Amino acid sequence: MVTDNAIKNHAAERRMFLLRTAVAGAAIMVLVGVLLFRVGFLQVLRYGYYETRSQDNRMRVQVMPPVRGLIYDRNGVVLADNLPAYRLEIVPEQVDDVNATLDRLSRIVEIREADLQRFRDRMAKTPRFRGVPIRLNLSQREVARFEVNRGAFPGVDVRAGLTRHYPLGDVSAHLVGYVGGITLEDLRRVDEKRYRGSNHIGKSGVEYSYESRLHGEPGSRVVETNASGRALRELEMNRPVAGESLFLTIDARLQRAAYDALGDQDGAVVAMDPKTGGLLALVSKPSYDPDLFVDGISHVNYQKLISDPHKPLFNRALQGQYPPGSTVKPVMALAGLETDQIAADKQVWCPGFITLPGSNHRYRDWKRSGHGWVDMPEAIYRSSDVYFYKLGLKLGIDNIHRYGALFGLGSRTGIDLPRENSGIMPSRAWKNGTRNQPWFPGETLNTIIGQGFMTTTPLQLAQMTSRIAERGEGYKPHVLGGWRDPLDGTMHQTRPTALRPIKLEDPAHWGVIISGMEQVITNPRGTAHYYVGQNLDYTIAGKSGSAQVTKLAQNQAAPDLEDVEHQFRDHALFIAFAPIDDPEIAVAVLVEHGGGGSSVAGPVARKVIDAFRSQPPVLQASTGAGR
Amino acid sequence: MSANATNAPSTLSEWLVYWRIDLQLLVALACCAALGLFVLYSASGQSSAVVINQAIRLGIGLLGMLVVAQIPPEWFRVAAPWVFGFGVFLLVLVVLLGDTAMGARRWLDLGVVRFQPSELMKLAAPLTVAAYFRDRSLPPNLKDVGVAALLIAVPVLLVADQPDLGTALLIAAAGSFALYFAGLRWRIILLLVLVAAAAAPLLWYNMHDYQQERVLTFLNPARDPTGAGYHISQSKIAIGSGGLFGKGWLNGSQAHLNFLPESDTDFVFAVFAEETGLFGVMALLALYCFIVGRGLYIALKSQDTFQRLAAGSLSLTFFIYVFVNIGMVAGLLPVVGVPLPLISYGGTSMVILLASFGILMSIHTHRKLLAT
Repeated sequence: MVTDNAIKNHAAERRMFLLRTAVAGAAIMVLVGVLLFRVGFLQVLRYGYYETRSQDNRMRVQVMPPVRGLIYDRNGVVLADNLPAYRLEIVPEQVDDVNATLDRLSRIVEIREADLQRFRDRMAKTPRFRGVPIRLNLSQREVARFEVNRGAFPGVDVRAGLTRHYPLGDVSAHLVGYVGGITLEDLRRVDEKRYRGSNHIGKSGVEYSYESRLHGEPGSRVVETNASGRALRELEMNRPVAGESLFLTIDARLQRAAYDALGDQDGAVVAMDPKTGGLLALVSKPSYDPDLFVDGISHVNYQKLISDPHKPLFNRALQGQYPPGSTVKPVMALAGLETDQIAADKQVWCPGFITLPGSNHRYRDWKRSGHGWVDMPEAIYRSSDVYFYKLGLKLGIDNIHRYGALFGLGSRTGIDLPRENSGIMPSRAWKNGTRNQPWFPGETLNTIIGQGFMTTTPLQLAQMTSRIAERGEGYKPHVLGGWRDPLDGTMHQTRPTALRPIKLEDPAHWGVIISGMEQVITNPRGTAHYYVGQNLDYTIAGKSGSAQVTKLAQNQAAPDLEDVEHQFRDHALFIAFAPIDDPEIAVAVLVEHGGGGSSVAGPVARKVIDAFRSQPPVLQASTGAGR
Repeated sequence: MSANATNAPSTLSEWLVYWRIDLQLLVALACCAALGLFVLYSASGQSSAVVINQAIRLGIGLLGMLVVAQIPPEWFRVAAPWVFGFGVFLLVLVVLLGDTAMGARRWLDLGVVRFQPSELMKLAAPLTVAAYFRDRSLPPNLKDVGVAALLIAVPVLLVADQPDLGTALLIAAAGSFALYFAGLRWRIILLLVLVAAAAAPLLWYNMHDYQQERVLTFLNPARDPTGAGYHISQSKIAIGSGGLFGKGWLNGSQAHLNFLPESDTDFVFAVFAEETGLFGVMALLALYCFIVGRGLYIALKSQDTFQRLAAGSLSLTFFIYVFVNIGMVAGLLPVVGVPLPLISYGGTSMVILLASFGILMSIHTHRKLLAT
């Protein structure tokens, strides 16, 4: 303790210590000032900002998706339904390691290879902040098991929701369409804000074209949440508004009858109410199960559908473009009458073929021996090609095009269903524009019997038939008949859109061609008398058509059906309406590679009209997909 | 124990002197600790278990403080170098075979308890420096400064290597304050500051990734708002949204809804600021300033060099706790693990802190009546 104290100056040391303490005290004051200034800055000057941030932290807006509107037929049969379902969803953005999470999840709920595959497909196409379903239709047990373990799975959630179901299944698939998961591409098409929280969007058919009305308006819930996002209490609530329920002009009963009438054949049936343009049935075969698409179709199933040579996803009624064959003859006859190129009772000599001057190419009649002398109605009901070849030479392509176009051939009908095709009503301008070639006279002959360049969709043929039936009046084809307001439940009817009527110089000309069409079925020599005209208790007019798929070689008559391989057989077509005086239904039938229009397509049309007229009581739609 | 033992205390002041208690320090510390329990109750999500745990530790700490106060200051001076040497030995042991917890080797498993030798150094280092200067002429010559610097550097480097930057910083501060009070020349202080500034890049390259991350995040919290910057962003939201008057006790949504991490340990100040506002913060800082001021007053009144340096450096170290913690939580300083004294939930560091106040009380109450 007493070492070199001698040189220690206690007084000086004390003074020095006092000074140092004073300096330290001052430094402390300055530093406390710094802290107070900083805290004051945060709490006073930036209070508003941080208060807002704190509220944002605390409150979370949860979107409440609207209930999608249902789709009914004209009698209230459900075509698209909502069923309750639990699904397990992963929000990729909120999960650190998706693979590890999937691995752990699979110990709690069963996850099959197909689920994983669909999940990865969907994840690639979905924005990262949206939930991607990993399992659908969880059982109550599985839901409970997950809920117990949910703490271990941030970013994974059970969603109680509704899933879409189509009770008629493949019968109405091409008409009603289907919904599916929302892709980035879909979001570009719609207002993204309306789809937060929604799982489905219309992909085809009515579901697609009326998406904005079926979807409804989402609501929102403001909830207080903790840092892990769990809702603690509700602060505010805006109810979602359900989508509109749509009532179609379709009659489910007729839809099924038409579907059944086609049997195993590929083809299409379009039935229309000629007085409104409302479709009564729209069938395309083969079809598919639309339920497969709702929660994401598996790769295997999708491959099966797109690699099927019969193309089940192809909507033949709207998208299929086929040569109309002889079904256009009534319209061409009308063109001849109206342009004074021919009189109805004028007898024309019809051998088995004609040739054009300066050429030895034979334009053959489908009947090798010819029809002899025929007038206009007979030329229609016996379907003489030579009669129309001769008429075509007089009319020229310009008149043919004009009258074809007048009946809507070669342009889209504008039906309220997606992806309709226009077909081709050829003309000089069309040929010059697409092929940079002049029009050749021989092509006129092909066109007037609905071959060559000319193609139409079955829908266009149904529209053409309706306008003949209504003697020029016409309405835009549509499937929406009415809707129910989701708020007050009131029903609304859509008003049909009238088309510009086809005015004839002489309205009596309608009678000529309709008489010809009636005799197609009623006259014993009519092409369809044997196949369609038996045991009729109503009046009906129609026209058959056979569209060549391959060109026949020179001097070759049409071979027997049985000798031709299926894919080279003619397409069979039939158009019809009934009753003649007060038409209630117009039908167009196409059977791909069916062969004869009268023998194959005709009976289908007859069955559809019979079904329409028999009016059995409307049955509740069965729940299983009808097959 | 001492000369007073023969006179039985009759009045309160006599009783206090008899038990070596500095009333002002005790009341201030008790106020602070009681406040801490309330804040902790709120910050822990109203967990009475946390509060009871903390109250038990406080009780042990305060008891320990009173026991330490009974020991004459001379004993500390004599013991300090030995404890220091023992501590260095333990730190070396930790480096060689310590337990690894959360990426850092800090703990020494003594079989019964796991023990952090670095905490001991917070006391041993400044006391040893103070003891070293006791009989030396002040201001110190260059050789003494060198010895003192070595005494500080050895434990600091060993602790920083664990790595535990927060504790290393506190040990360095405590030792340096002793050196400062010993009269380290201003120009040397200036020189050291300059050397430190120059050495910063060197330090940077020797930092662990997570330490570099903290510094980067401190410089720009928006850099990584969900990761390393999350703490700071959320604590600033908590403080800022408190406003002038605060959201009220138990009403701080940031902490209660778990947005604020570590709300009951290093970031407890944010909860306090959120719930009591700027006025609460001013009151808390006033309380801390009073404690520091009382410590410095004791240092001024003390009777030999060792006691002066010890009391002065321990008081300033207490302030460094406060400044570094609040500065960090308010986004002024990088995130280092320094608790808010007497309020943050945690055991060892609080016991050591209270022990240092025991030493202050001992120094103050063992003064001899000297003739002036």
